[in-house]
Amino acid sequence: MIDFIAATMMLAGASLALIASIGLHRLPDLFSRMHAATKPATLGLVLTLTGVAIALGDLSAGAKLGAVIIFQFVTAPIGAHLIGRAVYRAGTELSPNTSVAESVDAALRGDSQVDGDESRG
Amino acid sequence: MALITTIALGLLATAAGLCLARLVRKGSVADRIVALDTLLVILVSGIAVFSVRRGDDVYLDVLVVTALLGFVGTATVAQYIDKRGTR
Repeated sequence: MIDFIAATMMLAGASLALIASIGLHRLPDLFSRMHAATKPATLGLVLTLTGVAIALGDLSAGAKLGAVIIFQFVTAPIGAHLIGRAVYRAGTELSPNTSVAESVDAALRGDSQVDGDESRG
Repeated sequence: MALITTIALGLLATAAGLCLARLVRKGSVADRIVALDTLLVILVSGIAVFSVRRGDDVYLDVLVVTALLGFVGTATVAQYIDKRGTR
């Protein structure tokens, strides 16, 4: 039973990783590709690592895998935010289906000016 | 468990191949770093599954380091794009 749960989680995680990388090819612009790269990939990693921890059934292995899971949960959104903000400020072509709220646009561009003044001044 | 890990590693290898294709294909710096980030996540999953296959947990230390380095790389490229623009 333990093996069955571990196997299911590993296979589900690997499938999600595959879905994420298919998304990297199929989605139209950078921001939607980032959606594919962060969400399914993170869930896939969490499922795989949980399955591995169950399969190994070892406390020290579980602790290391738990640390990686927590680390991924903390860094994936931060990394995606950094890349997304930098690219949006630098200007990139958006798919016609991607819409940006005015307030978000203003906030991102306004921030950009302040940052630019600081770094150049 | 050997069959399961073989299937899982096959799925992960296909995913890694697709990421690699995205990485090499013509695209902006941002496209490439997003693909590289995904590739690292897949690599971490792959090493974990491989350690189940070998029944040995010495590989797990690699995971912690790889996860850390992936984030540092992403943050660095974000800084680069902020300064030089995407291309």
